[in-house]
Amino acid sequence: MKAMETFVTPTPSRVNYLNATYGLKSWLLTKDHKRIALLYLGSISFFFLIGGLYAMAIRIELLTPQADLLQSTTYNKVFTQHGIIMVFFFLIPSIPATLGNFLVPMMIGAKDLAFPRINLLSWYIYMLGGIVTIYALLAGGIDTGWTFYTPFSTSFSNSYVVAAGLGIFISGFSSILTGLNFIVTIHTMRAPGMTWFRMPLFIWSHYATSLVMILGTPVIAITILLLAFERLAHIGIFDPAAGGDPVLFQHLFWFYSHPAVYIMVLPGMGVVSELIANFSRKNIFGYSFVAFSSLAIAVFGFLVWGHHLFVASQSVYAGMIFSFLSFAVAIPSAIKVFNWTATLYKGSISYDTPMLYALGFIGLFTVGGMTGLFLAALAVDVHVSDTYFIVAHFHYIMVGGTLLAYLGGLHYWWPKISGRMYPEGWGRFSALVVFVGFNLTFLPQFVLGYMGMPRRYHVYPPEFQVLHVLSSAGASILGIGLLIPLLYLIWSMRYGKIAASNPWNLPGLEWQTSSPPPTENFELTPVVTWEAYEFAPAEEIQVVGKFRDTSVEEV
Amino acid sequence: MQTSWIPFVPPSASTLSGKVDALYFYLSGVTAFFVLLIFGVLIFFVIKYRRRSPYEIPRPIAGSHKLEMLWSVIPFLIAMSMFAWGAQLYFQNRRPPTNAVEVYVVGKQWMWKIQHTTGQREINELHVPVGRRVKLIMTTEDVIHDFFIPAFRIKADVVPGRYTTQWFEATKPGTYHLFCAEYCGMNHSGMIGSVVVMEPTEFDNWLSGNTNQQSPAVAGQQLYQTLGCVSCHGATGEGGRGPALGGVFGSQVFLNNGQTVKADEAYIRESIVNPQAKLVNGFGPIMPTFQGQISEEQLVQVLAFIKSLPAQGSQTRPTAPSPAGSASAAPSPAVQPAGSK
Amino acid sequence: MPVRRKESRNKLAESYTIGHENEEHGHPALQHHFENMEQQREASTLGMWVFLVTEIMFFGGMFLAYTLYRSKYPEAFASASNHLDLKLGAINTVVLILSSFTMAMAVYSTQIGKRRNQIISLVLTLLLGITFLGIKAVEYHQKYVDHLIPGRLIPLRPFDASGVHLLPGAAKQNVEMFYWIYFAMTGMHAVHMIIGIGLISVILFLSWRGRYGPEYHNPVEVSGLYWHFVDIVWIFLFPLLYLLGRHLEH
Repeated sequence: MKAMETFVTPTPSRVNYLNATYGLKSWLLTKDHKRIALLYLGSISFFFLIGGLYAMAIRIELLTPQADLLQSTTYNKVFTQHGIIMVFFFLIPSIPATLGNFLVPMMIGAKDLAFPRINLLSWYIYMLGGIVTIYALLAGGIDTGWTFYTPFSTSFSNSYVVAAGLGIFISGFSSILTGLNFIVTIHTMRAPGMTWFRMPLFIWSHYATSLVMILGTPVIAITILLLAFERLAHIGIFDPAAGGDPVLFQHLFWFYSHPAVYIMVLPGMGVVSELIANFSRKNIFGYSFVAFSSLAIAVFGFLVWGHHLFVASQSVYAGMIFSFLSFAVAIPSAIKVFNWTATLYKGSISYDTPMLYALGFIGLFTVGGMTGLFLAALAVDVHVSDTYFIVAHFHYIMVGGTLLAYLGGLHYWWPKISGRMYPEGWGRFSALVVFVGFNLTFLPQFVLGYMGMPRRYHVYPPEFQVLHVLSSAGASILGIGLLIPLLYLIWSMRYGKIAASNPWNLPGLEWQTSSPPPTENFELTPVVTWEAYEFAPAEEIQVVGKFRDTSVEEV
Repeated sequence: MQTSWIPFVPPSASTLSGKVDALYFYLSGVTAFFVLLIFGVLIFFVIKYRRRSPYEIPRPIAGSHKLEMLWSVIPFLIAMSMFAWGAQLYFQNRRPPTNAVEVYVVGKQWMWKIQHTTGQREINELHVPVGRRVKLIMTTEDVIHDFFIPAFRIKADVVPGRYTTQWFEATKPGTYHLFCAEYCGMNHSGMIGSVVVMEPTEFDNWLSGNTNQQSPAVAGQQLYQTLGCVSCHGATGEGGRGPALGGVFGSQVFLNNGQTVKADEAYIRESIVNPQAKLVNGFGPIMPTFQGQISEEQLVQVLAFIKSLPAQGSQTRPTAPSPAGSASAAPSPAVQPAGSK
Repeated sequence: MPVRRKESRNKLAESYTIGHENEEHGHPALQHHFENMEQQREASTLGMWVFLVTEIMFFGGMFLAYTLYRSKYPEAFASASNHLDLKLGAINTVVLILSSFTMAMAVYSTQIGKRRNQIISLVLTLLLGITFLGIKAVEYHQKYVDHLIPGRLIPLRPFDASGVHLLPGAAKQNVEMFYWIYFAMTGMHAVHMIIGIGLISVILFLSWRGRYGPEYHNPVEVSGLYWHFVDIVWIFLFPLLYLLGRHLEH
């Protein structure tokens, strides 16, 4: 394309961040944010597989009303561990630590994050937390539910509560350091001309996510410490016989764990903004509204934790306030959905795999979000609390939302990350399989929940079996749909078509450098003179390069 | 609202069920509307505006403040309608009911122990009559559980160290599921039972067929003796070294530190397990704690007894109500403590 | 790699080279991913502030627990608080405030290039910090002697509140709750002090090597920020733990 020739971009360079240096040490001691992103990609995929195996065990057990596959204690450990692995070791780091780490510096025109060594440290901390948690799993497991409610977890459970808690505590610091890095980078390292409102929405949502990470994660850290002290030394803080309060734990736990779900979904929304805009070749409708909605979600997300305690003996008045705020926090998300949809209007839409995932996200997130309204409504929540309705709701957001966005983003930026294209036909096929499998798995669970099927049961009244069988059938389809990309993405690293620097033909800064990029991202410091998602006609786009020499005056 | 003919909804067996279902259908309707709207518009746009040539660039559209207003305000108003409806129903249901029959529930790993004030005890089953308000006063002996009756659309956690309450009025005879809805360990899935709703006459028959048990108040009276409460509080709760207990339940109590509290179930329970926490004005910290010496079930029985004590000056001897003439022995009053207040 | 160090006070940074003679990049301390020193300074300062915000949230959980239980058991907490050693606590407060002053002096001296004062101030800060920890150790030891280490942390010396004079309305078990919170909060604070002392030691060592001066002093400032934060946490801890209801005790 003519426009691309005006860019001072290197043609597929032989030296890029992947082959610049060789050897295990060059990867394990790297300071390059792109390599660290790949380190995370590998470990996160590993934990996802483990969490997925647990999910399989759950769904197979639930095919029948009796306990035939797993004994009670085993089943209790399986669902607990599924939750812990998926939440803390997959969902929370997934998009920020892989796509975020890779792209945040590139999208703002920087050479790296503000603190590259802290970035590497955060990966090691994550791995250490993961190893401690795996130790807890192998040593005997943990059976308290990922929510660790007291006094069961402190005084009654005979499982590896402290070890698992320690693993989560350690990995929390990885989250905090990542968030810290992103905030400082976005504030201080934007390229010349990259003003706040020219930044891609991916950056805005990672900024909002980072705010939640740094403010919320320390609270779960201290909560887990208190839990451990209570269990080991019986300090009495959660024990009524010693003057303590078991519900205090719930407040402390959910004060983090509710904002945590926004850590999980905000980056996904950022990816979706990128995909929708770029695959309809239009700027996002209502850019500033979407940007501010991300911030609003981050702030309001801290004010709603009490909706997890509506039936937990919380006061009626507190319940009313939390219910009101929970409805309020839904509005910014609704605004985003409408803006994404409006972006498609009069766009030029292509049906590439990333776009399919983005469209899937919008649909499924709408379902998940609206069912959240059911839970914010006090009288209905009393009935469906702790039933499969809740399970269905959060899986719609976390799998139908975050996981789909993660896959979409992975496919979209795959050429940039690996220098190869994935096979498009297989990509579209698996997106479809995932969508169908997912809905078959979780839609029946809404019905199950309202009918009264409680969660965390492996033995259930026979009238619930039909819906459970449907759900398990869907899960097997979903599993296949998720396995296929794993296989072809790995295949493509060796045999995929070599990708051009800008295979999708887009104006984003990350596409103005080679695929894969050189270690320092850009050979010249970009000077940004165009707005986000500015698909101006080719002749009008201009980039001025500046050699990296501090003796030259700043533009 | 009768919803029993609608599939995907549990049986509707209390005065609350139909109301909750109505809200649920409203929520479902709004959800279906928006989901179909979004899905529909997405599919329509994606087909109508599909890319036709590889190099086309559509005209950028920045946004529209009017649209943003529209789709912020309307969803907000809809959300508020949902909030108001849900909150109002919830508030109605959380207000303590008048004229309710009380039933005590004690959860423990992994069973529900239920005690009617008339003496009947049940395990994992709760018999109630149609058309009568029933108030459950609940606690747990160990971990947090949750007493969930889907057919009535109610649930509430039971928390150690305190009493939680919920109430209902059953409308349809039948047997309904009872589930524990807060994960509590190994046999959480097995902590289930039934709620049996009966016509009033049937229920009376059931009551009279199950009378060889003491009412909790009478059992409580016996504990009151054996645990030694009698020596400071008097056999009929007239007081002595300790404050009078007759008529105390539900009254306002003036404390040592100047505060006034209502003597509800929680206060009485606390005064037994942690007596120094709220000392009645004018009394020293001499009551020993019974923490560890009295189980939750026994606490509930003593509570029932204390509730039954009339205020000082009343002539009625404190006996528990037992309509079918149970052989409740009324213990003779103990010797009056030396040295009155 | 040759090291050349000149005695010049005001041109410390320019004369400092370690193996980077070939590079055209400005300052030797400039890290490769930053465009210039200004950006690096901004980033590192903002980074420390953000980190301190996370520390506030971390301590916040314990302050919440303290607030809740204090309002539930005011007399027990007052009784326990009165039993703490007010003298030692007050001395520690003065020690820490002084150390913040010496730290600020260290930063200032670095900025104006007074190397001798810089080193002396840092050494004083370090000594004051160690003094604080020493006094804390004395206090903890006293608790050990008095059987006031909560629970069964010391198996042979379980918690025993008999030595604590109980104000009217105080229950013994709630006194133990106070001591849990006391040890958790001052213990966590002490951990942060130790980290701070480590940090100051490193800064001291590098200052001795001539690394910081008017041209480049951001690490000293940023360490100062951390140190001041640890001081401020103590300023909150001291009245909340040591000064409850002192007027009730006669």
